[in-house]
This record gives sequence, C-alpha cells and structure tokens, in this order.
Amino acid sequence: MTDTAMASDLLEEEEKKSLLSREFGFWVYLMTDAIIFALLFATYVVLSKNSAAGPTSKDVFDLRHTAGETALLLISSLTFGMATIAMARGLSGRVIMWLVVTALLGVGFLAMEMMEFHGMIAKGAGPDVSGFLSAFFTLVGTHGLHVTFGTLGILVMIVQIPLKGLTPPVRSRLLRLGLFWHFLDIVWIGIFSVVYLPGVM
Amino acid sequence: MNHSAERSVSTYLTGFVLAIILTAIPFGIVWGGLLTGTAVYGVIAVAAILQVLVHLVFFLHLDLKSTPAENLFFLGFAAVLIVIMVGGSLWIMFDLHHRMM
Repeated sequence: MTDTAMASDLLEEEEKKSLLSREFGFWVYLMTDAIIFALLFATYVVLSKNSAAGPTSKDVFDLRHTAGETALLLISSLTFGMATIAMARGLSGRVIMWLVVTALLGVGFLAMEMMEFHGMIAKGAGPDVSGFLSAFFTLVGTHGLHVTFGTLGILVMIVQIPLKGLTPPVRSRLLRLGLFWHFLDIVWIGIFSVVYLPGVM
Repeated sequence: MNHSAERSVSTYLTGFVLAIILTAIPFGIVWGGLLTGTAVYGVIAVAAILQVLVHLVFFLHLDLKSTPAENLFFLGFAAVLIVIMVGGSLWIMFDLHHRMM
C-alpha cells in the first residue's frame, strides 16, 4: 500500500469517528429536548383546569382536527423512513423524492396547526386568557417550532443532496435529521394523549 | 445511530401499522365514549407508552444489541430525570392543590 493510500484511509477513519461522535452528541441533545418537553407537559397538566372563567379545553379542542394532524405527522415519519432506506441503497433521486413528500406533510401539519391557533385566538382563546391557554400554547407551540425547524432542515437536505451527493457527512446529517423528525412524532404522541384526548372528555 | 442495521421497508411498515392501531384505540374510545372515568385515562396512557416504544424500536431502531451502550445510557438517564422532575412537580402541585381546597 502506498503512503497516500494509507493517508486517505486514515482520513476516512477520522471522518467516520468524527461523524459518529456527532451522532452521539445529537442523541444527547435529543434527550435534553425530551426533558424540556416533559417539563412543559408537567406545566400543562398542572394548569390545564385553570381556565380563569374563560374557554375550557372542551370549548376549544376539535378531535377531528387533532386526528388530521396526527395522521400527517405519522405518515411523514414513514416517508422519512423511506428516504433513509433509499439512502442506504444509494438512490439519491429517491431520497430527494421522499424528502419532498415529507416536507410537504410537515408543511401540511404546520398549516393545520396555524389554522387551529388562529381560530382559537380569533374566538378569544389566546395565550393571554388563562393559565390553561398559556400552557397549551407554550407546549404545542414549542412542538410546532421544532417541526418548523425540522422542515427547514429537510429543505436544506433537498438542496444539499444534489449538490454534494450522498457523501458520508451528508448521510450523517440526514440520519441525524431523521432522529429529530421521529423524535418530534414521539412528542406528538404525548401531546394528543395528554392535551387533546383528556381535554375533550 | 447504527449504519449497518438493515433498514428494511417492512420494519417501517410494521411500525407504521402498529402506530396506527395504537392511535386509533384511544381516539376511538374517546370519540365513541366507550369507557368512562379513570379507565379511559388508563387506556390512553397504556396506548401512548406502547406507541412510544413502537416508535423507538421501529423508527429510531433502538435495540439492546446494535445501539451503542452510551446512547441507551443517556436515554435511561433522561428517563430518570423526567420521572424525578415531572413526578416530583406533579406530586407537589397536586398536594398543594388538595390542601388549598
């Protein structure tokens, strides 16, 4: 083996190590994010009955709307999974196609959430009305903000893949973005189980 | 996470179908008013916990063999912190609420 070949092998090894440690770092970040959400859930549970003579959860929640949002996020988790599989097979065109579908589903989710928030504020159920509504907008809004950044991340990857190809750093980024996206779907399970379902009962 | 694990279409589809079932059960029960009282909360909680596990295994590909030990360690650490902080906060706040009544 020549010196240059050995050097490039070493470089590849170093790159792999650095990407693996980034994946671990991202995992640690996700766990801290899980703690933030858990505490926002606790805040919501404590405040959820404090409607201060304003609208209660029964007045403002629509379970059909929530079911629609749930469906969009769950399907988007599946389509991101399909993008990951296409990446493992080295099919960059397929990866981009599935990422576009995922981004559209993410935008659809955000549009539904915006409609819900806008409708609530228009009906006089804004975040300033009661402890219940403050906690609701903080929790669900924080999740929505995460989905917004996730969607932006997907759009960045849609541009980056054709420019750079499926190189190891690009693959690692897509893997980390996938972790983020699936994580947001897990948080949403908590939101419909803690906020919406008990809210309409 | 783990590059070498075979991420097959069927894994994701299995997770997807299980997730739909575990979403449909609590929605159906609340929608149809099939149960009342604490039983509903029980079903919602069990379905939610099972669905989180389904997502972790089928979408995030967590398992005890191929996932690096430190990742599982941090997951466990976060779970312990969440139980202490959320459980403790709820305990204190509901106890306070009870005493103020």
